Amino acid sequence: MLETLIYGLLVGVAIFSAIQSLRADSLLRSAIWLAGVSVLLSIVIYLLGAHQVAVIELSVGAGLVTVLFVFAISVAGDEGIGERSLVPKPLAWALVIFSGLLLMYFILPIKASFSTISKTSLTAVFWEDRSLDLLVQIVLIYSGVLGLVGILAEAKAPLQHSMVDEVAAGRERALQEMEVKAASEVDPTI
Amino acid sequence: MNISPINICLLGVIGLVAVGFYGLLTTRNLIKVVIMLQILVKAAVLGLITAGIISGQLYITQSMAITVIVADTIVAVIGMAFAIQIRRQVGTLDTNELSSLRG
Repeated sequence: MLETLIYGLLVGVAIFSAIQSLRADSLLRSAIWLAGVSVLLSIVIYLLGAHQVAVIELSVGAGLVTVLFVFAISVAGDEGIGERSLVPKPLAWALVIFSGLLLMYFILPIKASFSTISKTSLTAVFWEDRSLDLLVQIVLIYSGVLGLVGILAEAKAPLQHSMVDEVAAGRERALQEMEVKAASEVDPTI
Repeated sequence: MNISPINICLLGVIGLVAVGFYGLLTTRNLIKVVIMLQILVKAAVLGLITAGIISGQLYITQSMAITVIVADTIVAVIGMAFAIQIRRQVGTLDTNELSSLRG
C-alpha cells in the first residue's frame, strides 16, 4: 500500500510539473519544470528496477538537456508570446481527450503486475542482441553533431570581388602588417 | 480496478502524453514546442519501462529506452539550434510569424 502511495505521489507530482511547464510564462521556468519532470520520472524508473535507464535519464534528461535549454534561451531570448493558441482550444481539448481515451482503451486495465525478469543482463542484450540499436545511436550522435555545427555556423559575408582579388588583397594586408611590425621592432618610436 | 504501481505508471503515461500533446497543439513558441516534445518522449520512456516489466523482458525495453533517450536528445539539440538560427534570421520565435507563403 505504501509502495502504491509513493508511486502515486511521484507520478502525480511529475504530471503537475509537466502542467506547470506548459503554463509557465517564462521559458526558463518552463525548462526548470521540465527538469523536475525528468528527475521525478527517473526516480520512478529506478524504483521500477531499470537502474541504468534511470541514471541516463537523470544525467541526460535533467542535466544535459536543461543546460542546453538554458543556453538556447539565453541566446535566443526569453520572448513572451501571447496566449492565442495555434489551434482553437476547444479543438485541442477534444483531440487530447480523444487520444487519452484511446490510450486508456488500449492499455487499461492491466491485470499483470511485476513479472519475473529474464536472467540475461542488460550488457548482453545491449551489446550483442541489439547491436543495430547501438549503430543507430552512433549514427544519430554523429549526424546530430554535424547538423548542429552546420546549423549554428555563422554565415560569411559575400565576396566583394573575385576570389583571386580577395586573396591578393588579403596577402597585401598581411604584408603591410608585417612591415609595420618589423619597423616598430627596429625603431620603437614608430 | 486494482490499483498497483504498474497501473499508476500507466496512468502517468496517459497524463504526460495528454499534457505534451495539448502543449504541442497550443504552443507557438519554438523552444516551448521542443519542451513539449521532451515531455511526450519522457512519457514514452516510462511506457517502455512499464511494458518491459509487464512482459518480463525489461532488458530489451531498457535498451530501447536508451535509444529513445539518445534520439530525443539529438532532436532537442537540433530543434534548439533551429530556434536560435530562426531567431537570428527572422527575429521571432513565434511559429505563426514564420510562414512566408501566406498571402
